Amino acid sequence: MGNVLIVVENTDGHVRTASQHAVTFGKKMAELHGGKLNLLVIGTGVDSAATEAAKLGAAEVIVADAPELANGLAETWAAVIAQAAKETSATVVAATATATGKDVLPRVAALLGCGMVSDVVAITAANRFRRPVLYGAVLAEVEVVTPTLVASIRQTEFPAAALDQAPCAIRKLALTGLDTKGAKFISLSAQKSDRPDLTEAKIVVSGGRGMKEGKNFEQVAAIADLLGGAMGASRAACDAGMVPNDLQVGQTGKVVAPKLYIAIAISGAIQHLAGMKGSKVIVAINKDPEAPIFQVADYGLVDTWEKSLPLLASEIKKLKEASR
Amino acid sequence: MKILVTVKRVPDPEQKIKLKGTEVDLSSANWQLNQFDEYSVEAALRLTENASAGNARDGEVTVVSIGPKEVAQQLRSALAMGADKGILVDGSDDKLDAEVVARTLQKIVERDKPDLVLLGKLAADNESNDVGQRLAGYLGWPQATFACTLEVADGGKSLKVGREVDAGVELKQVTLPAVVTVDLRIVSAHAVKNGKTAADHAYAEGARYASLKGIMAAKKKPIDETTMAALGVTATPMVKLVSVEAPPARKAGIKVASVEELVQKLHNEAKVI
Repeated sequence: MGNVLIVVENTDGHVRTASQHAVTFGKKMAELHGGKLNLLVIGTGVDSAATEAAKLGAAEVIVADAPELANGLAETWAAVIAQAAKETSATVVAATATATGKDVLPRVAALLGCGMVSDVVAITAANRFRRPVLYGAVLAEVEVVTPTLVASIRQTEFPAAALDQAPCAIRKLALTGLDTKGAKFISLSAQKSDRPDLTEAKIVVSGGRGMKEGKNFEQVAAIADLLGGAMGASRAACDAGMVPNDLQVGQTGKVVAPKLYIAIAISGAIQHLAGMKGSKVIVAINKDPEAPIFQVADYGLVDTWEKSLPLLASEIKKLKEASR
Repeated sequence: MKILVTVKRVPDPEQKIKLKGTEVDLSSANWQLNQFDEYSVEAALRLTENASAGNARDGEVTVVSIGPKEVAQQLRSALAMGADKGILVDGSDDKLDAEVVARTLQKIVERDKPDLVLLGKLAADNESNDVGQRLAGYLGWPQATFACTLEVADGGKSLKVGREVDAGVELKQVTLPAVVTVDLRIVSAHAVKNGKTAADHAYAEGARYASLKGIMAAKKKPIDETTMAALGVTATPMVKLVSVEAPPARKAGIKVASVEELVQKLHNEAKVI
């Protein structure tokens, strides 16, 4: 039996919310493996994030702090995660399947010489997991046969661990010879937005290719803002350059499971459905009554966005005023 | 630049998936080239040609696939697009996992010494998204995953890679040799800059179609058929498939007649707004 090591990402001095979901996975795995849950915070200048992580209910928070660890560089992160896994006798190493998690974890599995499971949606035994395959059309159960395993967690399937526990101990990992292997972070161009994070939002309003051009997404954004939600898009809309790719919901984009998902002018290709069919309530607005999106929608409206969106905005406003 | 590109066949996503007990029934699958792999071939070709001089080749692209004899068809498709040669490693899907695939690729890399290994970010069938990173770990090479742009830098000694990350696009530089996995936008008009093709050259969006000439030429291009044993691969799978099942289906919903009705239902019935 062994311990569990969960990599907790940090952003702007805080624990990244996405990582709190992996902590819940970690707690369950620690029970199954009869070991302790330890958390690993990596980066440069991460003291305040580590202090916050100490409230997640782990046995210990391990901190790896060095300039070479800035910006989630996979080459150095993987080495540090593997080191911490060995030092803490971890038999489970996991993180949320964020862009960083997906980038780094398989490299960790190589360094540890162990098996890895991507996009875990359920735990069925200490070394068995469920994960979606074949465009989300099939759920596979897989077994890792190596004594140690690495896993990435689909955040929509595990609740976020709260930051409300008595603080645990924080320990610094002694780092030597960090090697960037010739890799260098240059820059990040990010779209600034006041809307909630797509993967965390309780309401997501997405537009598809049927929106025709980028400026029409202003109307999708207006609905999202009225509902305090995030804006998403289908792959077709992203590929057509209407909106930035980081808004993409689907198999090749982000997986979301809000309490309300509104799909506007999205036909519902299988790869889009794979990214949103876990939503609690799905609304589809599409002019084509045969669009596959209606097969997963709780409420479907056959109409054009041109006609329905202005009406939808005014009805939501009316509702808000009435409940004030 | 010498590039190794991995290609895999996957079942057509438009085809309905059939289950046979606790297994996926692939007996009537229409196999096609994994789209991300098709895009890696395109990216590799853009890196190794001068599109401002009649697509003159400048470098070498080898495509490799691990699978049954039939994957020769997918290799020929890549050769018809313009890749120079192929490697077909005999293997069957039920005996492959990321470990076996990465170890096999490692042997080929150590033998052939490419400057770059280009992979699709994931295979659309198992969606594991892990072979490239695992391979980079074994080789001790730098990696750049989810690439949407590629630019040759330092006179061919490194690559500047635009990466699709959660917050936007990250620019990362990796010295060669390196492992890069590509995302969908790698085939947009200006995604690849190799320092030879004019910087303002606009490619047609998407992967190129094989020309008739390309298809004829592909028939004469070499495909090296080999086995894991011949390559010295001793790895065994670390992850095993236990069973598959259909995910819980959503129950059919209702159609509403108007926006007013929709908003009322969302408020009073679903209670989500």
